[in-house]
Amino acid sequence: MPIEVRLPTVLRSHAGGRSTVQVDGSTIREVLEELATSYPGLKGQIIADNGALHRFVNVYVNDDDVRYLDNLDTKVSSGDVVSILPAVAGGCRAIQREPEG
Amino acid sequence: MGYCASILDAIGNTPLVEVSALSPNPRVRILAKLEGFNPGGSVKDRVALAMVQQAEKDGVLTGGETLLEPTSGNTGIGLALVCRVKGYHLRVVMPSNVSEERRQTLKLWGAEIIDSPASEGSNGAVRMAQRLAKEHPELVFLYQYGNPANPRAHYEGTGPEIWRDCPEVTHFVAGLGTSGTLVGVGRYLKERNPDVQVWAVEPPAGEMVDGLRSLDDGFIPPIFLDNGGPDLLDRKTVIGPRESIEWTRRLAEIGIFAGISTGAVMAGAVRCASQIDEGVVVIVSADAGWKYLSTGAWTDDIDVVTERAKHMVYF
Repeated sequence: MPIEVRLPTVLRSHAGGRSTVQVDGSTIREVLEELATSYPGLKGQIIADNGALHRFVNVYVNDDDVRYLDNLDTKVSSGDVVSILPAVAGGCRAIQREPEG
Repeated sequence: MGYCASILDAIGNTPLVEVSALSPNPRVRILAKLEGFNPGGSVKDRVALAMVQQAEKDGVLTGGETLLEPTSGNTGIGLALVCRVKGYHLRVVMPSNVSEERRQTLKLWGAEIIDSPASEGSNGAVRMAQRLAKEHPELVFLYQYGNPANPRAHYEGTGPEIWRDCPEVTHFVAGLGTSGTLVGVGRYLKERNPDVQVWAVEPPAGEMVDGLRSLDDGFIPPIFLDNGGPDLLDRKTVIGPRESIEWTRRLAEIGIFAGISTGAVMAGAVRCASQIDEGVVVIVSADAGWKYLSTGAWTDDIDVVTERAKHMVYF
């Protein structure tokens, strides 16, 4: 079933400029693997060569960081929104972009 | 209790206040540690004092030096207070979009403000301070994001105070900034009771991450990694500005006048309370509401305030 994935600006060029894409998968791992299959430029950018999430990437299911759920094995289902974001310093601006398109 | 010989002796020992009236679950109590009661008005007074005392102990500060620090406001204010009392100079690097009250408070204790670009948020302030520290080796750069005295202030102060006042705590919820509060208190509480769960609340990263050129520009506070942060946290959850303001207002309805980040942390505690069967959730309220009055957080239309909050720093 399709999951909505939101991409950060720095990765959008690898996905034809899209900010949001739909991919299939029932776990975060499946979603990210499917993403890398659909957009080969993303390969190695989100999941590092060692098979773990890239050090400076945070992946959220809805509002929760998957590192503190079941990591790549975190389950997702239709209606969930997966957001990929670079790690930034706390105390940051509180701007939340509305999804585009 | 007798009198304080110095205002700095009034830092810490803040009240822990029950706010269970706002709990969505009758079997879950919620208590808030009100750090706004510190003399500089926030939890960062503890960190500022601990970092300066450690630097004095190490011989880095001997009197009259100038300190440099990146901050979104509260650490700067805490340091400005400590520096004023102890006779040091302070320069703070701060995103230009922090509230006017923060700027004025810094100035009244004699701190000098260096603006970093608003669009780069705290990342930008950290980068600029690191560059300035390199160019000016005469400045003392205590660097709250990497200074072990930051989490230690919470491990030796905030954590034991919570345990003393509420040993029945089952969940600890706090905001994620430098991570000092979370790793310091989290480690202390887990050493006392390994079953205590530690939840981090963060604001949405939003637009400022658009400024990054690549993922390698990302930032994780060194003290988070040095103190086993990834293993200490049990949950990390994002709370948006609207929910933060809603809960800031609800707290005011029961008499708690807290800053907007407390609203976010309270929303996190409520989320936690609704997902567990029973327990006692302790939150840290980083500051009181005074510095946010100009944002209209309690008085203006919620849509207007939410929009405004999206463009300011409140964590």
